[in-house]
Amino acid sequence: MDFSDQNRWLHRFAVISAVATWILIGIGGLVTSHGVGMAVPDWPTTYGYNMFLFPPSKWVGGIFYEHSHRLFASFVGLLTTVLAIWLWIKEDRRWIRWLGVLAFFGVVAQGVLGGLRVTLMIDSLGIFHAALAQLFLVLLSIIALATSVWWKKWVMTAKTIPITDSMWTANAFVTFLIFGQLVLGAAMRHQHAGLAVPDFPFAYGKVWPATDPAFLEKINRERIDVMDPNPITAAHIQLHMAHRIGALAIVISAGWLAWRNLRAAGTSAVNSRFAIGLLGLILVQAAFGVFTVWSNKAADVATGHVMIGAICLVVSSLFCLISARCGSVAFTVRAPMDSENGSALSVLQSS
Amino acid sequence: MNKSITIFVAAVALSSVTTISAGDIIGKITLKGTPPAEKNLPIASDPFCGKLYAGKPIPTTRFYLVDAHGGLADTFVYIKSGLDGKPIPAPVGTVEIDQIGCEYLPYVFGLQTGQKLHVKNSDPLMHNIHVTPSASSGNKESNKAQMAGGKPYEYVFDSPEVFLRFKCDVHPWMFSYGGLVNHPYFAVSSVDGTFKISNVPPGDYVVEAVHRKTHPRGTGVTQKVTVGPAGGKADFSIEVSGS
Repeated sequence: MDFSDQNRWLHRFAVISAVATWILIGIGGLVTSHGVGMAVPDWPTTYGYNMFLFPPSKWVGGIFYEHSHRLFASFVGLLTTVLAIWLWIKEDRRWIRWLGVLAFFGVVAQGVLGGLRVTLMIDSLGIFHAALAQLFLVLLSIIALATSVWWKKWVMTAKTIPITDSMWTANAFVTFLIFGQLVLGAAMRHQHAGLAVPDFPFAYGKVWPATDPAFLEKINRERIDVMDPNPITAAHIQLHMAHRIGALAIVISAGWLAWRNLRAAGTSAVNSRFAIGLLGLILVQAAFGVFTVWSNKAADVATGHVMIGAICLVVSSLFCLISARCGSVAFTVRAPMDSENGSALSVLQSS
Repeated sequence: MNKSITIFVAAVALSSVTTISAGDIIGKITLKGTPPAEKNLPIASDPFCGKLYAGKPIPTTRFYLVDAHGGLADTFVYIKSGLDGKPIPAPVGTVEIDQIGCEYLPYVFGLQTGQKLHVKNSDPLMHNIHVTPSASSGNKESNKAQMAGGKPYEYVFDSPEVFLRFKCDVHPWMFSYGGLVNHPYFAVSSVDGTFKISNVPPGDYVVEAVHRKTHPRGTGVTQKVTVGPAGGKADFSIEVSGS
């Protein structure tokens, strides 16, 4: 398959869809950061109006964030639908066509999940809604990568990159950690318990905070928060501390991953650049996490933390995909022949 | 709005003049310790709510309303036990809370199970009424839009719950908390910390005082009280370590 203008536009459209999804995650983050997820009590209508006809004059207070989230989600739904149809018609590779179908059903499921979170008033659905949003972004990013010229050209030369199976496993491990960390973060945000641990680097002045009933009663008595969140429980503190430990584990793992790639392939190799870039993003994300605590969970900072977390997951996932492709290519090329055999190339060209 | 608050506060203060009458339990809630400083509500961040306060001071949070003598307001006081075998009067009248000035007023109120509660919106802008009971209470969560000038919504709750939270998600600093019990023997402490539970049948009771912030789990301090012909008395002291 050569890359006609049609394919280039398809790739650009996939990129736009992925970027729009990332922005949508940001708007959703603002909804949760401002504590206004229930500001519009009905769905799919908005205060009884057709969602698209809700008068701007009524976008007051938290309604502004929640309604914007709904409208932008509809826009992403439209983009995804067009992308799925476009892929089905124009894309030769069957696995990418099916990714488009998966994306379509994913965006529908995500929309319904968001609606049910409002109408059923179940907080925990918000956690699934947030986690699915991250996975959906990864899916669109994979489509965007796989439809790029770069992917096709790079796959053709991938055999020159020395990625081993163990390095792929390391990438997958870091990706898994990041996703787990994002789920932990979503769980924290949707507990409506505010900052369960309000200081950093210590936790209530200690390495590990107390969680006995007397201590919990004391901190809840002394906490003055205009949003009057639920009282802090031992589970909230443990969840918060798990998120901190997860962050530390990810920083160490990403550093180790970068070191391994650099040692194996040098600084100029694609995988090394990916690994260094991912480490840089992880460090920025960690800084945002710290600042989220220091800013008393300011809405813009907390939302920035969510958005950078999403980028970390995307980069790590794409790196994982590239590593997997690279590993299989290297294996194919190494296997019975050590030269650029025709059968090996045919595998590459169908990727 | 300030005028209406003043009237409300004056009414509460007048109703709690500490004259013992037959069947009344009176007392005072005193806060020991220095409570943390309250914070300004982010009302100005909303242009519509902000307009309501043009040239006026922005209200603060109301976690600890304490007078110069330590009297603690907004404490829910009720008979916790001792009513077994005694006739429980049916609920009388309707309790009303209002969304006014982008605040819920009153902040703390009492309600009997089966009693009608009206929630109204006196603001020239829309709010929503989100009732968020605890999962174990048996009361039902609901979330309704309330337009400017819309008619009041009526609620009736069947299960006791201290405290049942009402919030507005459009303006997420707006809260009201209901002390919901299955009898009419309750009161909310006034601005000077005093309270009066009226028309209590003679007997021995355990009276509980629950402050929403110092007792976040809804379990407060208790005291045994005997109500005779001259009523009964129960003063409570609540501690806050504070800053």
